[in-house]
Amino acid sequence: MNILELTGVVFGAALLAGLIGSLTGLGGGLILTPLLTLVLGVDIHYAIGAALVSVIATSCGAASAYVKEGFSNIRLGMFMEVATTTGALIGASLALRVSTGAIAELFGAVLLYSAAASLWPRARSAATESADAAAMSLELDSSYPTATGIAGYHVHHILGGTSVMLVAGMLSGLLGIGSGAFKVIAFDKVMRVPFKVSTTTSNFMIGVTAAASVGLYLRRGYIDPGLGMPVVLGVLCGSFLGARMLPGMKTSVLRHVFAAVIAVLAIEMIFRGLKGTV
Amino acid sequence: MRHFESTLSDRRLEVIIGNLLRAGVVIAATVTSIGGLIYLAHSGKFLAHYRVFQGEPADLRHVKGVLSESSSGDGPGIMQLGLLLLIATPVARVAFSLAALAVQRDRLYVVVTLVVLGVLTFSMAGGQL
Repeated sequence: MNILELTGVVFGAALLAGLIGSLTGLGGGLILTPLLTLVLGVDIHYAIGAALVSVIATSCGAASAYVKEGFSNIRLGMFMEVATTTGALIGASLALRVSTGAIAELFGAVLLYSAAASLWPRARSAATESADAAAMSLELDSSYPTATGIAGYHVHHILGGTSVMLVAGMLSGLLGIGSGAFKVIAFDKVMRVPFKVSTTTSNFMIGVTAAASVGLYLRRGYIDPGLGMPVVLGVLCGSFLGARMLPGMKTSVLRHVFAAVIAVLAIEMIFRGLKGTV
Repeated sequence: MRHFESTLSDRRLEVIIGNLLRAGVVIAATVTSIGGLIYLAHSGKFLAHYRVFQGEPADLRHVKGVLSESSSGDGPGIMQLGLLLLIATPVARVAFSLAALAVQRDRLYVVVTLVVLGVLTFSMAGGQL
């Protein structure tokens, strides 16, 4: 395959990655990594570099719309970034000392469980629940646009949410991923914020988490401009498209897309763990 | 509950952050496209070589080398400059938030953002725990 053909194929896959990433709060690495390594025969090191670039592009492209429209909760995002960036730093340091294969398998197993859990309905809707004292003092409660106008919501279980975010950050440092899946789960299941706020606030955050580890990969020579170019351009087109679709989409549809996507991610992580290509 | 004035300036903060991110990606995409056109015109017909990991040439691994490569009109150098601009965008967003929160006199979030910026700078400079 010549460079022109490769650029075209990678651009197409990146467009899909950006579209799905902007709708689900994930970074798109789960689509690009297997395509590059399994289909195109690209070495895993280059694929990791391209996936990190994809995470940052999805995040900046989608969040530029979501922040302006009032979907992303920027205070909540910035507060949780303390946990994710610290976790990423710890994870990157641990990566040299632990078996990442076993971690990938464990991560895959947790994701499989989460895929099922994300389809379970909530016992009560978040808007009717009482406020959390910690969330109040951190000014995290906010509002977001819905089909019937602006709706307020409370943020719950700050401590539990922060702990899951710390783990999400560690996973991204250990495995070289954006770990948007864990961020969405922490927001949705632990802190109980509305689903669209969960995915869009995750979108807002993943760029910073990825930026925390990208410097290391740049110095190691993982970031290839020939692969990065179609990835950035494709992902940006896809994420702008996704950001236009999200406001009109039903939350139940988004939940199903999210569950399907993280189920695929789970299988991919288990596979990569077994093959030792983490 | 936040009082009215501060909610209003939060809304403005959101619009400014959104515009900042948009500007960052548009600039990065433009630079990457220019480099991409030069690269494809020169090397589009050659075989792709990603099967074995060799790592990037030394000049494409740090900011100074990328700047000198791109200023001489080298396709890969300009594309890499575009990627660096993209990577800088979320960092610029955190730095801008810090300034905006300082203007709002929001001490708690100034500290929060300072910690994030500190960890980011530490790890980008190659620091490990």
